[in-house]
Amino acid sequence: MILQAMFLTLRLAAVVSAILLAVALPLGYWLASSRWRGRFLVEALVALPIVLPPTVLGFYVLTAVGPMSPIGRWYHSVTGASLAFTFRGLVIGSVLYSLPFAVQPAAAAFAAVDRKLLDASATLGASGWRTFRHVVLPLSLPGVLTGFVLSFAHTLGEFGVVLMIGGNIPGATQTVSILIYDQVQALNYAVANQTAFLLLTLCFVLLAVLYGLRRKGGWGLWGWR
Amino acid sequence: MGVAVTNTFAAAAGALDVTLQKRSGESQSDGQGFSLDVRFLLSPGLTVLFGASGAGKTTILDCIAGLQKPDSGRVAVGATSLFASSMRIDVPTRERHVGYLFQTLALFPHMTGRQNIEYGLASLTSDERARRVTEVAESFAIAQVLERRPSQASGGERQRIALARALVTRPRALLLDEPMTALDAVTKSKIIDDLRRWMVAHAIPVLYVTHDREEVFALGDRLLVLEAGRVVADGTPHEVMGRPQYESVAQLAGFENILDCEVVAPHPEQGTMTCKVTGSENTLEAPLTRLAAGTSVRLGIRAGDILVSAVQPVGLSARNVMPGRIKTINRRDVTVIAKVDCGIQLEVHLTPGASEALALEAGKPIWLVVKTYSCHVLQR
Repeated sequence: MILQAMFLTLRLAAVVSAILLAVALPLGYWLASSRWRGRFLVEALVALPIVLPPTVLGFYVLTAVGPMSPIGRWYHSVTGASLAFTFRGLVIGSVLYSLPFAVQPAAAAFAAVDRKLLDASATLGASGWRTFRHVVLPLSLPGVLTGFVLSFAHTLGEFGVVLMIGGNIPGATQTVSILIYDQVQALNYAVANQTAFLLLTLCFVLLAVLYGLRRKGGWGLWGWR
Repeated sequence: MGVAVTNTFAAAAGALDVTLQKRSGESQSDGQGFSLDVRFLLSPGLTVLFGASGAGKTTILDCIAGLQKPDSGRVAVGATSLFASSMRIDVPTRERHVGYLFQTLALFPHMTGRQNIEYGLASLTSDERARRVTEVAESFAIAQVLERRPSQASGGERQRIALARALVTRPRALLLDEPMTALDAVTKSKIIDDLRRWMVAHAIPVLYVTHDREEVFALGDRLLVLEAGRVVADGTPHEVMGRPQYESVAQLAGFENILDCEVVAPHPEQGTMTCKVTGSENTLEAPLTRLAAGTSVRLGIRAGDILVSAVQPVGLSARNVMPGRIKTINRRDVTVIAKVDCGIQLEVHLTPGASEALALEAGKPIWLVVKTYSCHVLQR
């Protein structure tokens, strides 16, 4: 029971943080380099999940992907399945919920790269993509890694959004945090205790590794810092 | 706003033709409005662009490299237009092939020296890349630091790596933005020597920006003086110094007396060399340099460094004691400015008190005393 929930949670976190990595690189770079006047609106939008109650976010996502909504109907017509109360629905909600944790560290790291290095790269004939790939990204790796680990850890411990969108279906949508809640409701404190301790340990190890890597030198991962 | 004027000489092989107008809302330093309006043509060789900070030096370089966009004007190398507002040409920086050495060098910190230098050679085969790197590393004496990261190299080595990185791509022109500010004189002059040697084989226009007047004399085949966004003087350093009508030129001059001389006899045992002033019989004892007898040399003497004596001085350590006659003497604020004829014309600055004590007036015979170390050797 614990293992099943744990496995599901890890799978969710892995899928979500991978998707967020793909989203955070372009979005973070755009936020760091855009001169568009309306940029602040996008920044506010990205930060929204930090302050929004998970139930609010979960409610909107549920409504959006539910069988009555255009998205839900379109998804049903294509796949013959529903998004609500499924693993895929969880992924959608979690991606939105953990978005700022992936995007903000990446954007901050991109913005911190010395502009002169970008200028130098351009005078040496490099395209924007080459500059990003060989100068910006390597120098921002600590920030990007932070975003990846934080979004992974944040997804591990998520509760409200999962409950709203996924419900509590063992093997399909029952994550570790839901399981703990479930066990406490059932006065099954021993299982709740084991599960909680497992999650606590996992998150602590993840963060310890992250902050260890972020140090100057970072176990030899980036010699230039 | 001026209209872009096509320079008829621009087609001269490889010359850098620059005409720029640019207004900017806020200046970097003083927050005042700032407008740039310059026009110059640089033939292959080294030109120094001198100006105080905030005069617009970096803006000019950025416009040439395409990092900033001028309001109007034209930038061309030889027959190739890089920017022409009249024809809506604005070649992106990466396609301009203009080398740019930034003040901060902007070496990529996560790459080794070799990777930095190879960065601009992505389109070449790896054999050709390696060959180019070896060649440039030899020219700039950095073979031993190629496998180090910039943080593990010394200031002078970093400088050389950055220079090699810019030049290995064979740019059409090279821009240097106060690159040597942080270096000591010896390191600096060695790097400049290497750059000059490189320029013999690769004739491209090099624009060297500085606000250090020592560098102006050490480097300049040609000097442009920039003041508040305009070129106020253009010529050899000597020509420009001869016309110090602008504040920045006067400040640059610093040496009110600049004398073209010829080394007559070096005296290594005394640590001096005798220099004969061109067009006169006067000689001056200057600090010893490596220059051989017969080399021409330029000496600068600050007017305030010259001592005036009413009688023939004796028992002095100073090597240069010359009799002369005051031609004119005027007071400006708290400085008395005397023009003295002692075979050569020298400008001397005194305090009003000193002038009064010696009862100096036009026509009065006096003696001038100049220490060896007050004779600054301005050109190599």
